[in-house]
Amino acid sequence: MNYENQEFFAPGHRACAGCAAPIIVKWVLKIAGPNTIIVNATGCLEVFSTPYPHSSWRLPWIHVAFENASAVASGIDAALKAQGKREGTNIIIFGGDGGTSDIGLQSLSGMAERGHDILYVMYDNEAYMNTGIQRSSSTPFGAWTTTSQVGPYNIIGKNEFKKPIAEIMAAHKIPYVATVNPAFLPDMKMKIEKALKIKGPKFIHAISSCTTGWRHDPSKTVEIMRLATETGIFPLWEIENGDFLKMKLTYVPKQRKPVEEYFKPQGRFRHLFQNPEKIKEIQKMVDEWWAKFENKN
Amino acid sequence: MIGPGKYFVEGDVAAAYGAIMAGCRFFAGYPITPASEITQAMAELLPKYGGKFLQMEDEIASISAIIGASWAGIKSMTATSGPGFSLMQENIGYAAMTETPIVIIDVQRAGPAIGQATRPAQGDVMQSRFGSHGDYENIVLSPNSVQEMFDLAVKSFNLAERFRVPVILLSDAEVGHMMERLNVPEKVEILERKRAVTFEETTKWGEDLIPPMGRFGDGLELIVTGSTHKPDGTRDTGEPDVQDQLVRRLINKIEKNRNLIEDWEEIDSEDADYLIVSYGASSRPSKGAFMKLRERGLKIGYFRPRVLWPAPEKRLYELSERVKKVFLTEMSLRGYRMEIEKIFPKSVIHIPKVNGKVHSVKEVLSSIEVSI
Repeated sequence: MNYENQEFFAPGHRACAGCAAPIIVKWVLKIAGPNTIIVNATGCLEVFSTPYPHSSWRLPWIHVAFENASAVASGIDAALKAQGKREGTNIIIFGGDGGTSDIGLQSLSGMAERGHDILYVMYDNEAYMNTGIQRSSSTPFGAWTTTSQVGPYNIIGKNEFKKPIAEIMAAHKIPYVATVNPAFLPDMKMKIEKALKIKGPKFIHAISSCTTGWRHDPSKTVEIMRLATETGIFPLWEIENGDFLKMKLTYVPKQRKPVEEYFKPQGRFRHLFQNPEKIKEIQKMVDEWWAKFENKN
Repeated sequence: MIGPGKYFVEGDVAAAYGAIMAGCRFFAGYPITPASEITQAMAELLPKYGGKFLQMEDEIASISAIIGASWAGIKSMTATSGPGFSLMQENIGYAAMTETPIVIIDVQRAGPAIGQATRPAQGDVMQSRFGSHGDYENIVLSPNSVQEMFDLAVKSFNLAERFRVPVILLSDAEVGHMMERLNVPEKVEILERKRAVTFEETTKWGEDLIPPMGRFGDGLELIVTGSTHKPDGTRDTGEPDVQDQLVRRLINKIEKNRNLIEDWEEIDSEDADYLIVSYGASSRPSKGAFMKLRERGLKIGYFRPRVLWPAPEKRLYELSERVKKVFLTEMSLRGYRMEIEKIFPKSVIHIPKVNGKVHSVKEVLSSIEVSI
């Protein structure tokens, strides 16, 4: 069945103009179809999709606190199995980067280790946007947030590197892990489709621009997200059964653009331009990553 | 840097200023509405004071980090709300058991569960005292203004350090987010923990029942455990007397020092037939109602605990001799009710409000008028 002409995530919700999260959710659900149960960790998505008396969800939906989404979904999976009703139903979790990489990591890891038949989609806007742009472990090196303030005591912003959550999930040897970018829609659709056909735990890491936290023109969302991949900062790949040696890059830019092009339109990186050597450092890290993985494909 | 003078800030920011002035140099936290402003203010302030700010991966990690930092010898704090406060409960008991001075700010929001993230409530009053399992005592303070967010943050540190307990500054979204004038004094009174120089000292206590605290890094072979332990810290979960003596002391060091801890505001209670009891944000309209009723000649008093736990029992029992009716105003159906009804068993008129809004003076007045 193809549900591309149907909307299971209704428009009219209250996401900020230019928010990428609804694009991701909309397309995941178009591919998943009506036989789907949604588990939603606390975050922007849960807030903007369900302001009383409305809801965007045309599917059964349960919202639980940050750290519990994977565990609640595990319970749903086990209970459906116990009743012999597991066939034909998708269980999909949506969580932000904080709810996934930070507080939700324990239950996510447990879900993966126990082998539940669940698709976890992390929409990664790279900070706690819902509570006011605090850094998360998924915030990239060099980004300003309200808890990685830029000033005389800290010229870099966030001093630590982004937690490699998709690699961590792949290391669980689960059947399918992929990174996606809504600016590369056919690639994203292909991966969601593939994931939903596989039994067992699946993890999809989707980059998701936040105009408020990234500080960019709301009309440029897709362009900026495209730059994330074209500069090589957010590569698109998939790993099956934890086989890192067979990591498949699904998009290889013919000529990677310099990282500045991605940083320039975003206010959260503005301060880096006063320290060009930091940008060079980041460029070097990106180049090293590609040198390591590009030739394998 | 926070210089002396007048400021116009939110309660959350004032609490961060108070913590810094009290000597807090370590903060570990996790974003949550309506306490994130404390976290952000500490992130900005601590580096300027040679302190350290850590953003943790969740609230369990946040309270754990401040326990670790406290044993490393630094005054430490975290701040949270509703769901985050629930996650911290296990380690509040751990801090009580290991006698670790820490300060936790809970900016209450409406619950249960995720509730109303941006709206105030006072439903954590019982949890703030009984939230962790087992028998223990801690100290809970309740500010009702931006100034008190500052003042009581300072006091929270002093109490935590003096009594070696987890102290909870129990605010709410109204007080945390309101903007008012804050006066920062030149200097605040600061109490430091009794520091043990030798291991021997950590195993003994005087009349106050509080042993001096050792510090990691000083060369002492400290043993810190949440299991039942002897005075020297060694684990002993079999001997009945060890548990008995330990738990009784943990309770008694607060019980016996109540007069040093209890704190309240009391107006016109000497001749009062009626008494309004309230705390935190709901005490503001309650005071307004009290003033109006006094103007009309009603013999009514106003009583506001600034320290909720231990409760100002002695004074309230004295007042119960005379007072005919007590009006308890709070943003909770449960809140402080059990405590006040314990002291005034048959005369409490409860005036709760649980729609995420603070009472208006008019609402308090009309609730009182129908009951007198």
